[in-house]
Amino acid sequence: MGEEMEVGCARPTGGPVGESAEESTATNESAPVKEAKPMIQVGKKAPDFAAPAYQKGKFISVKLSEYLGKWVVLCFYPGDFTFV
Amino acid sequence: MGVEILSMSIDSVFVHKMWDDNELSKMVDGGIPFPMLSDAGGQVGKAFGIFDEAGGVETRGRFIIDPDGIVQGYEVLSPPVGRNVSESLRQIQAFQHIRETKGAEATPSGWKPGKATLKPGPDLVGKVWEVWKTDMAFD
Repeated sequence: MGEEMEVGCARPTGGPVGESAEESTATNESAPVKEAKPMIQVGKKAPDFAAPAYQKGKFISVKLSEYLGKWVVLCFYPGDFTFV
Repeated sequence: MGVEILSMSIDSVFVHKMWDDNELSKMVDGGIPFPMLSDAGGQVGKAFGIFDEAGGVETRGRFIIDPDGIVQGYEVLSPPVGRNVSESLRQIQAFQHIRETKGAEATPSGWKPGKATLKPGPDLVGKVWEVWKTDMAFD
């Protein structure tokens, strides 16, 4: 999936998977100043993001929306070299 | 099963490489096959609601995302307890089965491949007790 690239920073694209960021930011304009960050809801689209990654000896860039059409398991964990 | 795995932590891709080279490749032949993503600063973890601000790390969140990009299930554990991969696989098999039947079937508690599913509809109302017993919730 991902192309080899220079190392950068991970960033949410600002929209859900498969939708443009403009659509979701437009709805935020009338929102209160303190933006509530709700927990992910099942049945709703995941937030899209792009992130640098290491895979099989290469540094690549991965974008969640590139995986549309496939099942994905995304696992977060506290840190490399931790024990569990 | 046709499932893509992505892992993510706040560590840099350089540390991911060192971890894979020096430890994980001793557990898994050939090293980790899937992309190990870096989320320095935790922006993505925050978007998924699993970033621990006090510790500055990501908690053990696991998200099952379907081919339409929709989150079908998630689980979040605090750092000291590891996941049960078998249960994640069972859930994916259940979600895939539901998707194949276009929602005509549902998987009751304890379902796994080979076990009976439910077919929700007028005839099943009040009759689940006839087709599903409590011991079926367990293996």
